[in-house]
Amino acid sequence: MLCSTAFATGSRAAEGTLVTEMVAPGIYIRRGVDEDASAANGDAIANIGFIVGGRAVAVLDPGGSLNDGLRLRARIREVTRLPIRYVLMSHGHPDHIFGAGAFEPDAPQFIGHARLPNAIAQRGEYYRKRLDALLGKGASGPAIVPTRVVTDQDRIDLGDRMLILTAHGVAHSDCDLSVFDPSSATLLPADLLFVERVPALDGRLKGWQKELTALRAVAALRAVPGHGPVSVDWPAGVRDLERYLDVLLRDTRAAVKRGMDISDAVASVGRSERDKWKLFDDYQGHNVTQAFKEVEWE
Amino acid sequence: MGMTRRLYMPIALFMSWGLSASYAAPAPDDEEAARAARWTDLQHALFADRPIRDGAGWMTIDAPARALDAALVPVTLTVKGDKPIKGIYLVIDDNPGPLAGHFIFGPQGDAHSLKLRVRVNAYTYMHAVAEARDGQLYSVARFVKAAGGCSAPAGADEQQAMQDIGHIKMRLMQPFVAGKPMEAQMMIRHPNFNGMQMDQVSRLYTPAMFIRTIDVSYDGVQVMHLDSDISLSSDPVINFGFVPPHKGQLKVLVRDTKDATFGQSFDVPAPPG
Repeated sequence: MLCSTAFATGSRAAEGTLVTEMVAPGIYIRRGVDEDASAANGDAIANIGFIVGGRAVAVLDPGGSLNDGLRLRARIREVTRLPIRYVLMSHGHPDHIFGAGAFEPDAPQFIGHARLPNAIAQRGEYYRKRLDALLGKGASGPAIVPTRVVTDQDRIDLGDRMLILTAHGVAHSDCDLSVFDPSSATLLPADLLFVERVPALDGRLKGWQKELTALRAVAALRAVPGHGPVSVDWPAGVRDLERYLDVLLRDTRAAVKRGMDISDAVASVGRSERDKWKLFDDYQGHNVTQAFKEVEWE
Repeated sequence: MGMTRRLYMPIALFMSWGLSASYAAPAPDDEEAARAARWTDLQHALFADRPIRDGAGWMTIDAPARALDAALVPVTLTVKGDKPIKGIYLVIDDNPGPLAGHFIFGPQGDAHSLKLRVRVNAYTYMHAVAEARDGQLYSVARFVKAAGGCSAPAGADEQQAMQDIGHIKMRLMQPFVAGKPMEAQMMIRHPNFNGMQMDQVSRLYTPAMFIRTIDVSYDGVQVMHLDSDISLSSDPVINFGFVPPHKGQLKVLVRDTKDATFGQSFDVPAPPG
């Protein structure tokens, strides 16, 4: 397998580079495939990329495996020689952050939500074992924990390019970090924004709706979803996700009100969204279960 | 798709993914033999030498064949007919504490339908064992594919549970008719820590603190007593039947392993609004 070979030789040389698209001046994004992680796709399933400023580069996110990160790093080096000072980790899911180890030689600040260290401590080891089982030993790279955390809002300066980092309330996950680049009016909300690929709820449904409402107010022209196309108009691009979450909440509330069991709710909630999202059948049952737990206590 | 699914889903779902290779294939004979031996051992441990008859035909145990969240697997136990039932045991063969619950029905109880949610640690058989008033035991089984539910870390909402611990809600699922059986849903805020979840900050295991017993009575007459264990999901939700002879009050008393008690009373029928 691709990355086990690279790792077994002890080499940090990336096996090639990856294809990025410039969504705004100096913002390069690789489109993740709309699949679940597999040996064939090497967990390169999330939209990841980097932002180039006047003096430094920031990575967001570092990728789904060590090899994904190495390939991203190789791509950065094709674009610029500026130092990679920041590696932003949008949340704790493996498809976004297991590439972080590829950037250790750059000695960057690894930045995440204040709850990200907890999320990594709770689940990191388990995710690591699963990824290694899927892609080969070492696929998840060395364990990286944030060296700097954001509790509310923070800024990093890439040189004539200030990025605003926002730590969100429990939404898609319990540690979502978004990035806004005012200089290009680009919002990078990572997995707070799913487009075309069915959203995955691992936090709090009503919290996610609330954070999206707040993000609508950001003066961005475009946004980079965590999954789906590399760029969508903002805020128009969030409408489908908002509709999905509204339907999930509405249908779940109706199911609870009618006295339905979780298993019956799983079979009936949100079916009107079924043809509108990729991988719907793989995730809907879990999303409904999460929503049900939340709503039944209202 | 089998092996390749769901890498970044929440842990409970994620845990089932690596095991899905065996999903399509029938279990090998030796595996089935090991499961049968396990159940034989459990029968001896729980019921000594008492014979257990097949309850198929009038008892059922329902659970999703493949759980969506191993920390919250819905289970429904039903009993048909008029055979007087003293109690029902729920056994999850391959859980660390296999006896998930023992329900005992009082004079005002109704054994016909029970619903609860459990944690499941590995692919396992679940057994429902009913004990008739004459002492005879009957069982039915169900195989469930789920894994990791016992050690799954507390989710965002389970952390909330600690703040609201002991809050109890009751919902009557049918209109009140004096003397007719009705179903009630009882919801209890309790994290039900089973000692297998790691505290993310201290890296120590969160000490076990789980619900030991739940007693439900109607105007002072017992409806149901539950001896529960570490397999009950956090924030337990239990649907049970009872027979209200007249308007009155359902009373719930919960006791956990720290000897904390939580109680609440509910009017039947529920007050309007």
